[in-house]
Amino acid sequence: METLLFLSSGLFLGWSLGANDAANVFGTAVGTRMVKFHTAALVCSVFIVLGATISGAGAAHTLGRLGAVNALAGSFTVALASALTTFWMTRLRIPVSTSQSIVGAIIGWNLYSSSVTDTSSLTKIVTTWVACPLISGVMAVLLFLLVRWLLKVTKPHLLRLDALTRLGLLLVGAFGSYSLGANNIANVMGVFVPDSPFTDIDFFGLFTITGVQQLFFLGAVAIGVGVFTYSRRVMSTVGGGLARISPVPALVIVLAQSLTLFLFASESLEFFLASRGLPTFPLVPVSSSQAVIGAIVGLSLFKGGGIRYKVLGEISLGWVATPLVAGVVAFLLLFVMDNVFDQKVQTVQEYRLDAAVQDEMERRGIVDPGLVDFMDLTYTNPSTLKDNLEKGTDLSSKQVDLVLELALTGRWEIRPGVIARDVDKHWLTGDQMAALRSLQGQSFDHAWQFQQALAAASPQWQARPKAATNKIWNKELSSKLSFLYRVFRTDEQDE
Amino acid sequence: MPLFRTSKVLEKQIDDFLDTVGEGALVFREGILSYLGNDADGFASAISKIDKLESRADKLSREVEAHLYRHSLIPEHRGDVLGLLENTDNIIDRIKTSLHQFSVEQPDIPEVYHEGFRKLADASCEAAEAVVVSARAFFRDVEAVQDNLYKVHHFEKEADHISDSLKRKVFASDLALAHKIHLRYFALNVELVSDKAEEVADRLAIYAIKRNV
Repeated sequence: METLLFLSSGLFLGWSLGANDAANVFGTAVGTRMVKFHTAALVCSVFIVLGATISGAGAAHTLGRLGAVNALAGSFTVALASALTTFWMTRLRIPVSTSQSIVGAIIGWNLYSSSVTDTSSLTKIVTTWVACPLISGVMAVLLFLLVRWLLKVTKPHLLRLDALTRLGLLLVGAFGSYSLGANNIANVMGVFVPDSPFTDIDFFGLFTITGVQQLFFLGAVAIGVGVFTYSRRVMSTVGGGLARISPVPALVIVLAQSLTLFLFASESLEFFLASRGLPTFPLVPVSSSQAVIGAIVGLSLFKGGGIRYKVLGEISLGWVATPLVAGVVAFLLLFVMDNVFDQKVQTVQEYRLDAAVQDEMERRGIVDPGLVDFMDLTYTNPSTLKDNLEKGTDLSSKQVDLVLELALTGRWEIRPGVIARDVDKHWLTGDQMAALRSLQGQSFDHAWQFQQALAAASPQWQARPKAATNKIWNKELSSKLSFLYRVFRTDEQDE
Repeated sequence: MPLFRTSKVLEKQIDDFLDTVGEGALVFREGILSYLGNDADGFASAISKIDKLESRADKLSREVEAHLYRHSLIPEHRGDVLGLLENTDNIIDRIKTSLHQFSVEQPDIPEVYHEGFRKLADASCEAAEAVVVSARAFFRDVEAVQDNLYKVHHFEKEADHISDSLKRKVFASDLALAHKIHLRYFALNVELVSDKAEEVADRLAIYAIKRNV
């Protein structure tokens, strides 16, 4: 029952995501009256559900962004803060990035729980505001020139062009909705996976619908309901409020947005190009909301104005306000949850520089006379430890972050029962599984010791050198490792 | 795919409609020439043809309009296309009215004015034909719209000019005033077809700019 209650804020987050983000894929189609709102909402919802349950299930092992929050009540509150912020922006008809509202809310939790905030997540947000619309705007202009040339050469009948544009808008919208579902479901529901109230349903031995798939389906339905009930507002901004759009440019805009996301954010594409010795596109943080606005503005400027600058100003303010508001709201709500409802919003982590950590630091070349003062002291507040390390040693900030990572202390026990029950055999490779089994009965005080033991048992547990072709491998490896750290940790579960 | 099936059906209906109006212009010329040549059978056949063509054009334009609304097609240009169809339909309506007036009032046109009326019918017919070509281009090749519009304006001006000199000649003659007024009325009737064509051309010029953006 408690889990269901906590789940509700994930569903609310899904609902507000649907209400806001559907405009990115179908806003211009509906705004130009090429696709009826109900058709758009139906196609969008169906493909979101498909994307979330088919492709999104691959992300079932990751907790999504909210995974950074290490207590269920904390996740509930952070999701609630993010959902409230997105909902507020939707009321104001402003298309915003839901990911940024989640990151903002997590920073609020970091501040409340004295956790350390990764500064790269802040720079990522700011880069997305600037780089993403710029790239998408240029892309829209280039695509528009191409389409205009094509129309000049092929001279389609007005009605044929109308049918083609309509079909294009529906197809691009459907693909966009599919990836919207696949990419965001982990953020909406991922954190609730370990506490999922659903069990696997077996259909006469033909196929099984897993508990995770049921949970993701529920989340996807929440997104779909958001699309149906409340996405018209933001669609009106994207589809005509910001600038007057005609049908063909409407298609160019959504194409430019999808292409921007595909070329500049796809690690699979980067891997594909790099593994064939081809030059790769630089990966930049992108967001579909920022990309669609960039495409509209870029194309309108190219075609000679028509932009409503007041609306553009409101949108820009909305972008900046989203993570800030989400952070503040999260902080306040966490205070209420913690002090009024007496809910555990964070799990206290211990940080201790013991002998093992000292050896490992030396091995990694982290040597500083000031570190002696920190030996065998236990910290429960990472921010304090970080501040003290920065004051008391000459270590670089990168080294300080590494020390914090190494010093994290807990209890990881490799129990055979957990391997059998919680580890997905299909997800790990045969070698990885064998290496894990070989560690049965062992226990570790630090996550990195667990990782080193795995790496020693099989090269399949070793990170590969930094290169574009190894990025996907390393990312997958780190997601598998965080999964193992979570399921084999015993000190938190014992509480 | 229903999307493309609907568009194919509509493309054909619009083409048929424009063919009908174009054919109507030719029938108009035939009818006037038959009337001037005292060919009663030829004139009666022209009247019967134009009646059929006019009702066919009406039916087609109504069907296209209903289709466009029912399937909410070309939202951006729907108003323009409906305006274009209605105004093009006015040309064939005008042709029908003119020929019927000839049939009802049987104007007595002296031989000396036959050449003027022939030329006037030619210019009006050419203007109507040119605007039909432009209207077709609006759907298929919008840049070619302008290439034909100048022809419409040219033939409309020519019709104006011919009609003007015809009327001057009539009023300078010794005919009775009632006869003069009757002849002027029929010159105007024939000329009005080119005026209707020009009205369509003026709209087309704007629609084409809108489509080009």
